[in-house]
Amino acid sequence: MSMTARELWTVIHGMGLGAIFLLAFAGGLAGLYSLRPEWVTVVGMRERMRRLDVGTWVMAVAAWLTVITGTYIVYPWYRAAPPEGLADLSDYPRSLLLSIPNLSAWHTFGMEWKEHVAWFSPILATAVAFIVWRYGDQIAENPKLRNALIILFILAFSAAGIAGLFGAFITKAAPLM
Amino acid sequence: MTVTNVPPQVKTAEKTSAKVAIGVASAAFLSSGIGTLVIGLLTTGAVLSEGLKNALNWWNPAGPLSGKTGVGVIAWLVSWAILHTIWKDKEMDFNKVFMVTLILIGLGFILTFPPVFEAFE
Repeated sequence: MSMTARELWTVIHGMGLGAIFLLAFAGGLAGLYSLRPEWVTVVGMRERMRRLDVGTWVMAVAAWLTVITGTYIVYPWYRAAPPEGLADLSDYPRSLLLSIPNLSAWHTFGMEWKEHVAWFSPILATAVAFIVWRYGDQIAENPKLRNALIILFILAFSAAGIAGLFGAFITKAAPLM
Repeated sequence: MTVTNVPPQVKTAEKTSAKVAIGVASAAFLSSGIGTLVIGLLTTGAVLSEGLKNALNWWNPAGPLSGKTGVGVIAWLVSWAILHTIWKDKEMDFNKVFMVTLILIGLGFILTFPPVFEAFE
């Protein structure tokens, strides 16, 4: 059982950081939703705010690490141009996908959307984490702010979800080896 | 084991954190919308203009994606710093700021959607 450096980075980018992001999102969403003064005692609020603070920052950091490793480590391998006349394109996923008509949409639609929209996630997640850190328990007293944070949090997750889903399909169609 | 119920008035009295103006959150929200919109604009812009596409090619192995996202992140951080400085002590119309933010993010999603920017090819 062995892995190449490319496979290892693909796993770190997609599965490792992706799993951390997903866990932090689930915890953060539950924490934000239940952040209501009528549901939580003072002691409970303090404990919950600490968890929410850590959870939202973990999600933001995981999102940043995911897009940075994706754009600057994995993507260059994906888009590298093959040498002229090379018949076996298995080491050049972008070229491989484009050379097969019924797979080309994985690049022209999937990768083209994924590579751009993924960057929305860390920007939106950082805004949520900053506001949670700055406002603390005041969020519980301001339902408009809490609801807006939940929507932004879900949008951050949606952007990452689009990227993650296409990433998984593209890796299946043309794996980096 | 004893369970003590804390009366609501005590809960209020115990809160110690200083009130933060809604301008702080407004700046964070709106700037995130600006950052996502700029990424969307550059994604479509790079299709429309070969010159822009080349200018955004900051690092050849990653191609123009490095510039599109780099400019987007810079636009987000700069707009956040400016809006935060202006709004940090202000009580804003948060509903309006949030609606504008959602519109900017929505436009960002649309402009990164391949069938949209490919229509300009």
